[in-house]
Amino acid sequence: MSLAEKYPKEVKQILAKYPPEHKRAAVMPLLYLAQRNDGYVTKDAMKDVAQMLEITDTDVASIVGFYTLYHDEHKSKYYMQVCTDLPCALRGADQFMENLCEHLGIQVGETTPDGLVTLEAVTCLAACDKAPMFQLQGPDGLEYHEDMTLDKTLELIAALKREDKQ
Amino acid sequence: MSYVVLRHRDIPGIDKLDVYEKNGGFAAWKKVVTGMKPEDVTKTVKDSGLRGRGGAGFPTGMKWSFMDNKNWPHYVVANADESEPGTFKDREIMEKNPFQFLEGLAIASYAVGANVSYVYLRGEFWPVAAILDEKIAEMEKAGYLGNKLFGTEYSLKIFTHLGAGAYICGEESAMLESLEGKRGQPRVRPPFPAAVGLFGKPTLINNVETFTNVPMILSNGADWYKGMGTADSAGVKVFSLSGRVRKPGNYELPFGTTFRQLIYEHGGGILEGRPVKAIMPAGASSSLIVVDDKTLDMQMDYATVRTLGADLGSASVIILDDTISIDWVINKTIHFFRHESCGKCTPCREGTYWMQTIADRMKHGQATSDDVDLLRNVALQMRGKCLCPLGDFSTMAVVTGIERFPQDFKLPVKA
Amino acid sequence: MTKQVTLTIDGKQTTVPEGTLVVDAAKTVGIDIPVFCYHPKMEPVGMCRMCLVEVGRPVIDRATNQVVMENGQPKIQFLPKLETACTNKVEDGMVVLTQSEKAKAGQKSTLEFLLTSHPLDCPVCDKGGECPLQNLTMAHGPGQSRFLYDEKMHLAKHVPLGELIWLDRERCIQCARCIRFQDEIAGESVLGFDERGRSTQIVSISDPGFDSVFSGNTTDICPVGALTTADFRFGARPWELQASASICTQCPVGCNTTLNTRREAKEDGEIVVKRVMPRQNEEVNEIWLCDKGRFAHHYTESKVRLTKPMVRKEDKLAKVSWKTALDLAGEKLGEAKAKSVVLASGRLSNEDLFNLKALADGLGAQAILYSDMGGGDLVAQVGMTQGSNLGALGKGDAIVVIASDLYEEAPIWWLRVKQAAERGATLIVANPRATKLDRFATFSVRYAYGDEIKTVQNLGRKSKIGDAFAKANNAVIFFGSEGLGLNGSTNLAAACAKLLEETGHIGKPNNGLIGVWQRVNDQGAWEIGFQPEADLATALKGKVVYVVGADPTGDDPALAKALNGAKFVIAQDILETATTEIADVVLPAQAYNEREGTYTSGERRVQRFYPAVPVTGEARPDFVITAQVAKQAGVIMEGISVSIAFDILAASVKSFEDLNYAKLAEVKEQWPQVGRSELYYGGTTYENKQGLGVQLISGAQRGETVSLPKVQKETALRPKEKELLAVPINKLYDRGLTVSPAELLDQRVGEATVALHPTAAENLGLKAGQRVKISFDGVSGEAVVKLDESISTGVALVPRSMGIAIREPALAKVK
Repeated sequence: MSLAEKYPKEVKQILAKYPPEHKRAAVMPLLYLAQRNDGYVTKDAMKDVAQMLEITDTDVASIVGFYTLYHDEHKSKYYMQVCTDLPCALRGADQFMENLCEHLGIQVGETTPDGLVTLEAVTCLAACDKAPMFQLQGPDGLEYHEDMTLDKTLELIAALKREDKQ
Repeated sequence: MSYVVLRHRDIPGIDKLDVYEKNGGFAAWKKVVTGMKPEDVTKTVKDSGLRGRGGAGFPTGMKWSFMDNKNWPHYVVANADESEPGTFKDREIMEKNPFQFLEGLAIASYAVGANVSYVYLRGEFWPVAAILDEKIAEMEKAGYLGNKLFGTEYSLKIFTHLGAGAYICGEESAMLESLEGKRGQPRVRPPFPAAVGLFGKPTLINNVETFTNVPMILSNGADWYKGMGTADSAGVKVFSLSGRVRKPGNYELPFGTTFRQLIYEHGGGILEGRPVKAIMPAGASSSLIVVDDKTLDMQMDYATVRTLGADLGSASVIILDDTISIDWVINKTIHFFRHESCGKCTPCREGTYWMQTIADRMKHGQATSDDVDLLRNVALQMRGKCLCPLGDFSTMAVVTGIERFPQDFKLPVKA
Repeated sequence: MTKQVTLTIDGKQTTVPEGTLVVDAAKTVGIDIPVFCYHPKMEPVGMCRMCLVEVGRPVIDRATNQVVMENGQPKIQFLPKLETACTNKVEDGMVVLTQSEKAKAGQKSTLEFLLTSHPLDCPVCDKGGECPLQNLTMAHGPGQSRFLYDEKMHLAKHVPLGELIWLDRERCIQCARCIRFQDEIAGESVLGFDERGRSTQIVSISDPGFDSVFSGNTTDICPVGALTTADFRFGARPWELQASASICTQCPVGCNTTLNTRREAKEDGEIVVKRVMPRQNEEVNEIWLCDKGRFAHHYTESKVRLTKPMVRKEDKLAKVSWKTALDLAGEKLGEAKAKSVVLASGRLSNEDLFNLKALADGLGAQAILYSDMGGGDLVAQVGMTQGSNLGALGKGDAIVVIASDLYEEAPIWWLRVKQAAERGATLIVANPRATKLDRFATFSVRYAYGDEIKTVQNLGRKSKIGDAFAKANNAVIFFGSEGLGLNGSTNLAAACAKLLEETGHIGKPNNGLIGVWQRVNDQGAWEIGFQPEADLATALKGKVVYVVGADPTGDDPALAKALNGAKFVIAQDILETATTEIADVVLPAQAYNEREGTYTSGERRVQRFYPAVPVTGEARPDFVITAQVAKQAGVIMEGISVSIAFDILAASVKSFEDLNYAKLAEVKEQWPQVGRSELYYGGTTYENKQGLGVQLISGAQRGETVSLPKVQKETALRPKEKELLAVPINKLYDRGLTVSPAELLDQRVGEATVALHPTAAENLGLKAGQRVKISFDGVSGEAVVKLDESISTGVALVPRSMGIAIREPALAKVK
């Protein structure tokens, strides 16, 4: 089913934001919609979006490739993206990340064995005063977790796991 | 003193429409639309001395007056792509004082004759965009946005647009590319957005904080605003304080506040009471200021900070204490810029990569004594040759770090 | 007139039109500012930062608005930063320094940066020897890199972007020339960048990969060896190649080409064509070539080339001497006289066709053009005339394309028409189905197959479209043979000619009729007096047939039958064909690249081609063979010198009056200067030193009375309910004789297809991709079902030259 068929209201709302002769501008919000639908941006979704906006599949793929928040493969349900940029690192982000890796038994960029969470290091998330922090990207969107500790984080992961099993 | 931008700290619940209205909200907006000519609005902003809060510090009113009036429609885009490491003020403004920001954006739109305006938020601000969408809907319902506002012929719609993870989209021409549904890569300038911007039309782009100042300026007058701050830097600024301080956070202070006041009176001093070693006043793209007692008493305004060999930029003040080695700092900034280089122009694409290889060699103890000099050379070689400012930004900490903190580079630095 | 601007570059003063870029202005005074991303045919992007120069501007006194003087000279203020010469437009009084210490340091630094990621594998790189990166490094680069070789990124080196073009990711310098070519020039955004920063890489996710018929051009303009063609890749080093000027033989556009040849061990030391390159002719193909022109050239080196004359003895063809074969052929023709027929195709040169026509005239025999498209006589009267250039059409002009899919039939015309539309010309695209030109059309007219005449007549009526056409300063009509046979296309040409005449769009440059012919020199054949024959089968029956450059037996069972019923068949060709197999005498002809000659393009430009490779076996040029056959039959003509043959043609055929080989070889300076020899500024396209050709003057321009035939009433077949009308369409990559030997194109040629409307397919119980049998008019064949929503339910589209003989619409059955 195409996005327009599955989410007619959302698609209409998105397209209404931009002048009709520049509907290509809708590519980014439509890709978010596609990603929400499938967990990542599938090849078919790229085709679908391309067709809707009258641009080529390659045009769409090159957008997906440029921006870091689009995923063109399915790694896991959640992405835990820890900021390790300078201001956060000045407040212990590197150490936090190291501890997290150790407890989860994975390296940065890897996914937990149960396939639930991928741990990533990302650049500044504009929460430098609340380090260590990370954003959690999941099927329902994205949320910030600030002033984090290892314990709080492990608790959060445990909660995600429980939720996932239900 | 009462807040200008961070008014939510004075007025709880100002993010509610009724509370905002009760506290004078949208009075300026109504006054402007029903009783002022666009050029008079621009003049007031010009007279206030307000300068762009995104980093470049360009006089705001002047920017508004540059719009090409022979080419229509016009657009306004609010730059909410806050991504500079050390900057976290716009997020607080949009989350806590959204109406004032939107009102400022609306006033600017009226001043330049735009009927459609966009807020370009970094993709990570997805929840912030949800808040703004809600607030925009409330404004539409209350008649502050939409067709024929306040019974006049003027109409305005505001839309949010989310980026998807690219620092470069904070550069205004890259932002426009992104908003047009393309890869966020900077355009060659000229033409400037005021002539050829969004969808090829004249476009005004200002930072969130800049817009948020505007309603109060219109309400209280240019002189009131000009009365704050210093001669060259009028008004108040939200300083994002981060790094090795006890109380990092946003502090709205008049320009001219000293580093010492910011760090010690507001930021609670340095962790473990250690001394300040260096300050990066403009986030990761900042030059490193060597700190001694005298420096701490310098005023934070555009002109004074320049005398310290740095720029105030967006006033994202990162504090480094004596536990921090500068070679580690520049490794961090290099990694950031390497990751965020869009790849469009050669010096930045290759230069940031090259700098990273050298910095990592240094980090892993594989560098030779020539490498520090080479790193500085590569950085200098990038300068002034890139398509957009990101390339130069990536060299600031590197060059000043090596030149001003030679002792922190474990390998000997050639004179 | 455009305002002129005077500036100084490295002390040399130059005056150029306002809006010129500094980098182009420098070229006018012989200064090559080094570039990678900049290309004179595309919008500047300022990405590579190679063209950094110092730019100074006169200081203006704000109070007086006057230039400030200093020691009697204008005071010049230089900007603190270097600027890119490719993005800065010239200004009066501007001073540019390209060789200052600062500018040179900037250029050197860009090269050092570029080389940090480049593999420097020049010794194994196809581009080595004609590589801008290599040349500019020699000219401007650092002698040594400070980058550690070990830290270079290693990336995939053999990435197919499709089966025609390969990408070497390590060599790519991210200049985006290829992507921009596809976006801006080809209008097909099938290439893009993936990822960003140092990871930026070129991708194509179209199906098939790199789905554009212009893909080969990206390898010419790629300033490094990142993009290479599957055809030439690892084939030869550029410095081993000889270059010979030629003309592409694949369609009536007449693209100017250069054939690169070398001796090849695996071909027993023979000299072979290694690649076909564009040769600049701004009024024909600019610096571009389509992929068919670039890759389909292999037919001349086919294994089934005819090498020796043959004569049928006891039912078998036996190799004989030229004398034996010529004597026999001449004798048969001489005996039959008017009972012989000369059947020739537009694959032949003007000189060949002229001699053949002279022979037919001498015998009193019919000279038939082997074609199912008519109207060339009208094109000779009201077609394009001297001084025409599609590149000059723009705002205020109009172009009509009817019954033709230019993208498939003449890609470079498609490109030129698209560009004219982008410059503001009114483009009217009339076709019964959607084509790729629709996207650029001002008006897209969809009509039912059979309604061509009505459609043209509507353009002559008062309406928005009609007015746009009538009031155009200049107007050109391209007419084709989609859905039409000989009668239909002849009638369509008449209707188009009438419209042009009525609206005053004839007899002057940039106006008139263009036939989208199926062969390179069909227009030449018409100019010389050849005409197709509606009832070809009957015309051949019982005759002595001299068939040249055509394969009626292989093309159409009906014609095969007719030739079987001929009295005697003399077949002259370069390849073995079904026709040569049944012939009584077979005469081996030289391929175009083994000889000299001229072709007349659809825009009526006569252009020379030159020999590039040695002759195959004992083959002779067609005009020579014809002269020798004719001599035996008692008709005398020039049979030695091709230029004399052309002189005689020019003296005999009015439209060729005053032309000669020297005039055709004249060149003039072209803009932009692509400068192959100067660091490959515009890519590896060749400069044109061998002739731009000359356009024929149309009858209307010569002041001759234009005599147009009456437009006939439409008599086309119409499908009734539940009937299916098979209609011919034209496909770029087909199974034609001049395409199929190029194995590289097999995948693009694909299988024979039949396109149906989804509803029609559903009614027949057919699905896309299903193999079916289609039959009509005694012809039947297998085809794969394709769906096309833009056609009506009563038609089935059958491409020509795909193994199912379709010359005109016919009621069909699909099972």
